[in-house]
Amino acid sequence: MSSKRSLRRQFLKNGAALAGFAAGAISSPAGKLFAADAPSADLHAYGQRSHFENDVRIGSLAMWPIVPGARRDYGFRSPLQDSMGIITPAPLHFIISHGHEPPDIDPREHRLMIHGMVDRPLIFTLDEIKRLPAVSRLHFLECHGNSAAAGPTGEPRKALAATVQDTHGLTSCSVWTGVPLALLLGQVGVQKGANWIVAEGSETGKHSKSIPLEKALDDCLVVYGQNGEALRPEQGYPLRLLVPGWQGINNVKWLRRIYVVDQPYMAMMESTKYPSARLDGKSRWFESEMGPKSVITRPSGGQQLGARGFYEITGLAWSGGGAVRRVEVSADGGRTWKDAQLQQPIAPKAHTRFGLAWTWNGEEAVLESRCTDDQGHVQPTLAGLNKFWGIDADYYRLPPATADMGNFNAIQPWRVSRDGSVSNALL
Amino acid sequence: MRCFRFWPALAVISLAACTTAFPQAPNYGNLGRTPSKEEIQAWNQAIGPQGKELPPGSGTAKQGQEIFANKCAACHGPAGEGSQLAPRLVGGRGALNIPTPSRTLANYWPFATTIWDYINRAMPPKQEGSLSASDIYALTAFILYRNDIIPEGQVIDATSLPKVKMPNRDGFIPQRLEDIHDLRARGCGAGHCP
Ligand code: HEC
Repeated sequence: MSSKRSLRRQFLKNGAALAGFAAGAISSPAGKLFAADAPSADLHAYGQRSHFENDVRIGSLAMWPIVPGARRDYGFRSPLQDSMGIITPAPLHFIISHGHEPPDIDPREHRLMIHGMVDRPLIFTLDEIKRLPAVSRLHFLECHGNSAAAGPTGEPRKALAATVQDTHGLTSCSVWTGVPLALLLGQVGVQKGANWIVAEGSETGKHSKSIPLEKALDDCLVVYGQNGEALRPEQGYPLRLLVPGWQGINNVKWLRRIYVVDQPYMAMMESTKYPSARLDGKSRWFESEMGPKSVITRPSGGQQLGARGFYEITGLAWSGGGAVRRVEVSADGGRTWKDAQLQQPIAPKAHTRFGLAWTWNGEEAVLESRCTDDQGHVQPTLAGLNKFWGIDADYYRLPPATADMGNFNAIQPWRVSRDGSVSNALL
Repeated sequence: MRCFRFWPALAVISLAACTTAFPQAPNYGNLGRTPSKEEIQAWNQAIGPQGKELPPGSGTAKQGQEIFANKCAACHGPAGEGSQLAPRLVGGRGALNIPTPSRTLANYWPFATTIWDYINRAMPPKQEGSLSASDIYALTAFILYRNDIIPEGQVIDATSLPKVKMPNRDGFIPQRLEDIHDLRARGCGAGHCP
């Protein structure tokens, strides 16, 4: 009842004269409420979800200072367990800003400068960028540390974490609206010898990232819209870069500058934090593209099945290499597979929703999904990844010291126990 | 891939030359304005491995020691050894061919220019941009000296900094910066590079 009371309070705020109307409205059919000359309650001016819905992002803003016992990683994870379809609502989109608060940017003051190895450097206002021909595209955005079985300094260790929000919550998908970066680069005239751009944000710390010019000209977007409205501050308001299918770190938020250069600039993140370490002591840097991945979101870790019988197994698949071509689902830990149904739309470098009818017979089951993209790349098993990296399962039990293996995309198993509880069965 | 911007006489040529990169590159008229040299200078904080953008100024480890004590030690520790508040900047040397290698500045960072660039952008927190170019050269010299990467007396400036070879410069694949851009040539399928 308390939630009902708070709804009423919102109406009462509008004044005593309206109190009678509001009190009556709660038990009236909605149509009646809207037919009446409704008061300009906040709820009508800018919608809110029902007070019965309470999914939130979970995480922490920064990993410094070290607080004993607290989560030790940057980032807020998206609640994938209750996600529907493929779009992530902006207020639930995952956040990683490496500890930096979103700057409070007045869009009238914001500028984007493009300069360097160009014929004509230019400074754009946001209004000018919005006057250019816009495109809207569906794309996922994922942190390279998403679902990482070890590190960076994640606690609880993500591979051992209970829910799909903990394991895979650093991916989200939106309809992004903006201008192709190629169009803006066409305006400044890229010079011969230019091979890279350096994109730079306006937050404290001014994150910067080198991106190959081919990619910049291929499908990168300079974005101001997300799911039909302006970007949220924590997603880069008023302007951000979108680098489809590539590690999240490339997607510079609060974008203020694009510097056209001849070689990668080896900024802090790309040269020291994002390379993945091989066991021979060498590190691979600029792995950039996120591989094919999928995860079952229902049933998933922490959920509870009721009676035996029909359930739809559903989840998300995506690939930085292109569109999802196929998702297979196994209910017996990967021994046998069935093709899941892919829901439209299936866009390149976007979340794709899959589903498969399943009847639970009350016995233990291990549910897995496997994604194949239109490049023919197949999501690997954990054993396959381990072999590639030259590590064994013990690796994942080491203290999470540093970010060692990025782009982790192994098949994620969920165990359904006889009591209907669902848990993480990766390790 | 030089693309001239809307010179009527060259329009045909430039369109042809740019077909792959810029299919139609139409003229959006007067959108955008040309920044002044000073504006570009003021915004241009990115320092690449060649150090082309490094500003004038210089510093030594000795000068850096005092600035470090005043502005950095509270978080990074008096000797740069790190604390609950910030990572270590000195030490942490050790093997890299182990499952959890130490990624400290001295053990892992491939370019000394990155130190300058990062301090300039991000340090100290809440007072970013408060240090002069010479302060940053001195702090960089101090950190490099304390990590036994340069001798105590070495002057660090726009010429000497890009020449400092970091211990782990050769620890990355591909080693040549020229080879990084091409994921396909590197065999980076399915999100993983060999
Ligand atoms: C208020 C505390 C604080 C102060 C003061 C401070 N730093 Fe930092 N510094 C940090 C934190 C926190 C990080 C880690 C940031 C991150 O990982 O996102 C850091 C990171 C760094 C790094 C990168 C280290 C690495 O391995 O990633 C360098 C270099 C650095 N600081 C230099 C300096 C210098 C030089 C000063 C003095 C001018 C300074 N810092 C002052 C908190 C501080």
